Amino acid sequence: MAKAVSLQSIDIVYGGSGGYRAVAQASLDVAEGEFVSIVGPTGCGKSTLLNAAAGLLTPAMGQVAIFGHVLNGLNEKAGYLFQQDALMPWKTARDNIAIGLEVRGVAQAEAHRQADDWLAQVGLQGFGGRYPHQLSGGQRKRVGLAQMLIRNPTILLMDEPFGPLDAQTRQIMGNLLLDLWSREKKAVLFVTHDLEEAIALSDRVVIMSSGPSATIIGDHPIHLARPRDAMDVRLDPAFHALHKRIWEQLRGEVMKAYQGGVV
Amino acid sequence: MSQARLLTYQILVAVVFLLIWHIGSSVEIFGVYFLPKFFFSTPSDVFFRIIKLFSGPLIWKHLSITLTETILAFLIGAGGGILIGFWFARRPMVNAIFDPYVKMANALPRVVLAPIFMLWLGLGIWSKVALGVTLVFFIVFFNVYQGVKEVSPVVLANARMLGMDEKQLFRHVYWPAALSWMFSSLHTSVGFALVGAVVGEYLGSAAGLGYMIHEAEGVFDTTGVFAGMVILAAFVLVVDAVVTRIENKLLVWRPEQAGRNEA
Ligand SMILES: Nc1ncnc2c1ncn2[C@@H]1O[C@H](COP(=O)(O)OP(=O)(O)O)[C@@H](O)[C@H]1O
Ligand SMILES: [Mg+2]
Repeated sequence: MAKAVSLQSIDIVYGGSGGYRAVAQASLDVAEGEFVSIVGPTGCGKSTLLNAAAGLLTPAMGQVAIFGHVLNGLNEKAGYLFQQDALMPWKTARDNIAIGLEVRGVAQAEAHRQADDWLAQVGLQGFGGRYPHQLSGGQRKRVGLAQMLIRNPTILLMDEPFGPLDAQTRQIMGNLLLDLWSREKKAVLFVTHDLEEAIALSDRVVIMSSGPSATIIGDHPIHLARPRDAMDVRLDPAFHALHKRIWEQLRGEVMKAYQGGVV
Repeated sequence: MSQARLLTYQILVAVVFLLIWHIGSSVEIFGVYFLPKFFFSTPSDVFFRIIKLFSGPLIWKHLSITLTETILAFLIGAGGGILIGFWFARRPMVNAIFDPYVKMANALPRVVLAPIFMLWLGLGIWSKVALGVTLVFFIVFFNVYQGVKEVSPVVLANARMLGMDEKQLFRHVYWPAALSWMFSSLHTSVGFALVGAVVGEYLGSAAGLGYMIHEAEGVFDTTGVFAGMVILAAFVLVVDAVVTRIENKLLVWRPEQAGRNEA
């Protein structure tokens, strides 16, 4: 069966030919309903890879295939939760969530009804009338999550979605995400710099080498039972064994990035 | 500082100012008036002149003419600024071609245009409106241009991932961004619309606040000039208060705005 996302030996160059080759020869498949995390040192090219999967960047070499079709332009099957704040600041939480349906032609009343439904699902009931600046960082991320999910994409691209949050909130958000994902399995490409988070959530963890010309250097299946609790699973001895094994590989890359002055 | 104390000091400044003016113009010190009546009038004369003016019908005509000119200048100037600002921001080629001319036109002191406008448009309100438009247009133009140029690339990418086409991007992203910049300069542009109207009236017309002041100057009626200035200042305050109310309504989503409301 065709993979949901298939990055086929892609190179991504910033600044035209002869520019900065951020990613080189990167290959990665995500099956339908599979949860894959990308872990790597900062600045290695994780966001770049995700942008390529979203169709926001075009590879200089290689190609991106979505359900077997070579991607040309934006990836319409994908929802994208950006690393930075991406909500429209002039729209309320409700309007930000509803807009993805409205642009599709869904009537406003119906879009708002569904948006309120999603607000409740991400634990923000009663916050629909707030503007992004009136929400905390974690609340904004939850609005972003609802904004992405309301369109019911079959592929979810998430770029360090819980990055700026404190450890407790991250775990609550992780569980929320697992809960939403388990109901309707979507292909997930999840970027994080937190290896524990990656293991706790994923079916597979892939490691990216430090840039430039970063590529995928490790692919670790995570055979931990589902459904999982993103907090409790960390106490599992199997979790520790996995963490130890993957960290050994990751540490080398982090050191390289550090010495290369990227960090 | 508490509101009450602030107000006390503000009133104190006015009282001291009026007192100096009064003493200088009405009390003989060492045989001379420091502020001779002929050049400086007196606060009480100005006050009673204002009362007299407002008990007659003429002042309302002057006020309404100046207000009409201000509103027209603002609407036309802002409308043109928005349209051209958008056009230039979305078409870098057009902007590149016209850039030197825009800068030249903006550098021109508008007063020199007043006689030309009177020649073209006569001594009625339209020559004053035209003068105001040349002032308002550039402020709004530069702000809208900036607003469209500086839309966050992440917000834009997110909007595209949410399925917006060009038209929807315009409506939900570019337009609100540009408007917020325009409104941030609302006080300045409305102020300039008024300046255009009054200066135009001053240089040649048969009605309006500027005309009233000019007429008084023509016969060395200092009291009339100061009375006109006080009325103009009060008029500006009222217009500014209205603008602030509109601004607070339209820009609730802005963090700074919320801060100001709470203060
Ligand atoms: N628009 C850009 N222009 C030039 N270089 C860029 C751009 N975006 C990212 N880069 C570079 O590409 C590399 C990878 O960036 P990124 O994908 O954001 O890393 P990560 O998400 O892993 O932290 C970095 O070295 C960064 O400096
Ligand atoms: Mg990144």
